[in-house]
Amino acid sequence: MSAALAEAPPGTRVDYLNANYGIKSWLLTTDHKRIALLYLVSITLMFFVGGSMAVLMRIHLIDPAGGLVHPDTYNKLFTMHGIMMIFFFLIPSIPAVLGNFLVPMMIGAKDLAFPRINLLSWYLYIAGAALALTAMVSGGVDTGWTFYTPYSSTYANSQVMLTATGVFIAGFSSILTGLNFIVTIHKMRAPGMTWFRMPLFLWAMYATSIIQVLGTPVVAITLFLVGLERLFHVGIFDPAVGGDPILFQHLFWFYSHPAVYIMILPGMGVVSEIITCFSRKKIFGYNFVAFSSMAIAVISFLVWGHHMFVTGLSVYAALIFSVLSFMVAIPSAIKVFNWMATLYQGSISYDAPMLYALGFIGLFTMGGLTGLFLASLATDVHLNGTYFIVAHFHYIMVGGAVMAYLGGIHYWWPKITGRMYPDLWARLAAAIVFIGFNLTFFPQFMLGYLGMPRRYATYPAEFQVLNVMSSAGASILGLGYLIPLIYLIWSMRYGPIAPANPWRAKGLEWQTPSPPPTQNFEATPVVTESAYAYGPPGSEQEGAHD
Amino acid sequence: MLLPAISSPTLAALQAVPGVPIFPPRGSTIAQGVDELYYFLTAITLFFSFVIFTIIFYFMVRYRRRSPDDQPPATVTSMPLELTWTIVPTLICAVVFVWSSSLYFRNSRPPNAAMEIFVVGKQWMWHIQHPEGVREINELHVPVGVPVKITLTSQDVIHDFFIPAFRVKRDAMPGRYNSLWFQATKTGTFHFFCAQYCGQGHAAMIGWVQVMTPEDYAAWLAGGTRGETMTQAGERLFHQYGCITCHLADGTGRGPSLVGKFGKTQKLRDGRTVVVDQGFLRQAITQPNSMPVPDYPPVMPSFQGQLNEEQILQLIAYVKSLGEEERKGKGQ
Repeated sequence: MSAALAEAPPGTRVDYLNANYGIKSWLLTTDHKRIALLYLVSITLMFFVGGSMAVLMRIHLIDPAGGLVHPDTYNKLFTMHGIMMIFFFLIPSIPAVLGNFLVPMMIGAKDLAFPRINLLSWYLYIAGAALALTAMVSGGVDTGWTFYTPYSSTYANSQVMLTATGVFIAGFSSILTGLNFIVTIHKMRAPGMTWFRMPLFLWAMYATSIIQVLGTPVVAITLFLVGLERLFHVGIFDPAVGGDPILFQHLFWFYSHPAVYIMILPGMGVVSEIITCFSRKKIFGYNFVAFSSMAIAVISFLVWGHHMFVTGLSVYAALIFSVLSFMVAIPSAIKVFNWMATLYQGSISYDAPMLYALGFIGLFTMGGLTGLFLASLATDVHLNGTYFIVAHFHYIMVGGAVMAYLGGIHYWWPKITGRMYPDLWARLAAAIVFIGFNLTFFPQFMLGYLGMPRRYATYPAEFQVLNVMSSAGASILGLGYLIPLIYLIWSMRYGPIAPANPWRAKGLEWQTPSPPPTQNFEATPVVTESAYAYGPPGSEQEGAHD
Repeated sequence: MLLPAISSPTLAALQAVPGVPIFPPRGSTIAQGVDELYYFLTAITLFFSFVIFTIIFYFMVRYRRRSPDDQPPATVTSMPLELTWTIVPTLICAVVFVWSSSLYFRNSRPPNAAMEIFVVGKQWMWHIQHPEGVREINELHVPVGVPVKITLTSQDVIHDFFIPAFRVKRDAMPGRYNSLWFQATKTGTFHFFCAQYCGQGHAAMIGWVQVMTPEDYAAWLAGGTRGETMTQAGERLFHQYGCITCHLADGTGRGPSLVGKFGKTQKLRDGRTVVVDQGFLRQAITQPNSMPVPDYPPVMPSFQGQLNEEQILQLIAYVKSLGEEERKGKGQ
């Protein structure tokens, strides 16, 4: 549809970007696409704030005696790095930017179910981020992003309350986004868009939304209780006033382990879209990929205890959490194998989004496999609290989630902005990120088994060589993230005009012009085929998948 | 255990790269078992990463887009393939689970004959006391070849006692006792760390384990005693803080007699039955009214804040010793 419109020369067509102008038209918009851009700008800012802290830490750690900052400052750096990256970048990243932009477009709707709630969730995010940034510049916070009690509730002398309030408020942004997606996916699918014709990105967003809605209130309550104890000395977590510090960990990880899947499931959804498009193949095992997202969402709520194997958790509880933690690895393995099988006999191009997606598969595989070391009790005892955890976590969150996010940004950039970016630079940046990432974090696996604890501002000399290697890699990684920032901004003004469907991709979002009109589609689309109908003409039959 | 046998020398060769140590020394009886499991997991990781990377690269080259109008064949579906890559990872996980859990289970309980040492974490140092009365800071002297049980607690926030060379780690929790145990296999000096972030001086909470021959250890103990064992110190505190005025040995005081109570079960007023162990006694000292016993009025004051964690441990050692001669006598 709308093929003629798509080819109209630029400037003659009204789209969501030029429909109206002025700051008010952005700050009061209820257009999901504009809100996605508001999120894009805000989380990019937070990413570079959090990233610059990582750079300072890696410079500091070149010297075992800690060459750059005071230990207090170092403690604040890793705390703020974690809080910025997790609560203000990774959790909103794919859902709030790409999900916001794409969920209505992929199902053929005009907007999300609750456009004003969608705007409210961005304002909540901004309020939370503003508080966290205020905390940062007015002394910082030093509890670690995990806020472990009784350190956070009684002992820390930093901006705990301000930061926790920021995270608390941002949590409601996440809840409202999840709620919006669930209702939209249930109620607003275009005619013919059955559940099993939905792109896998939507399944991933649906699973993510369930976790956001069910899990986030728990961390909100937990932080509220920390505040109650800190301000009014109500004995909840600090044994000195009759509380229990382990209770905090149960509550915190009940949200924060599923939160890891809030960050990675959307990435898996993005990768399913990219892999199919750039190999011109229908996804292999649609149902298995879709249901593995749902399985991850469910099992992820039952594995929180694996963060607590050395706290004095009973042996039998540890055994149960261990077996459940192994179980949550299986759906991820299923996805990886299905993506590989999708490539088989495909027509594979090496466009930048595909390089990011393939990089994702490799790094996510390593991140997932090293997770087995931590689900396994005997090795977890040695590795818990060391750099092995840091490495594993970053392979999933940076090697996985950030690679997928960047892949998604590159894939949908022409649709979002109506401009193409320089492809060569994009491929180069993908390669630099992949190499820099491995150089930064692979040495940290070895550092962990060697016994270096995480969150150390200074360290014994025997750990220096691996630390220097890691810091060297970080400089390459940092460069890899700066390049896309530059050429993507450049492309918004100078990039070639993008056609409606530059990748010849399937999916409703590609059937409308780039950038789309405010109402997304000229007429409500009618869906007649399953997702990823890339096969030869006539090969697409209803229910052909599995 | 074929894989560890293969991979072990390879990894050991890596270890030999000068200047880049990647394995901590093996200093305890469990270290080798943990290492073997680690080698196995590393082998699995490398194997699958290699296979997946190779297949992706092969497909990227073999099926690269040759013309913009390539039309690949339709995607087939294959239930056997789906089942294979569901079941094979499940089986591998099952093997690892059984292997690691049995190792963990075996190592979870200290042998009965283990000697006991008490470690209190405190911002930002480790206070260590031996039952014989020797106390040290950030140094832990132990004999080689003897099982050692470390009882851990914290004076303030959560710390974590981590000895990489022994492959053991346990949180030092405020308000409760955790324990770990090890049996050192060689003499020498090994690092221990605090592995749970605890504030400004976290990275400075580092110390050394000195593993000595039993003879050297005995000599060291004899040289370091200040004339008072933990039990004796506990007895002194028992008098000093007036515990003795209520907890009369014959049970006629305002509080129950503590003679011979350690290790026995105790009925509480609310009907629960608990074992009188270290954790129970600690709670009874710091929050007596949370554990009222029948037949005695709940009049004991809390000693929270008046006694530090080391003194509480000494009191517990003393209570434990009450009636111990009698118990031993009966046993013979």
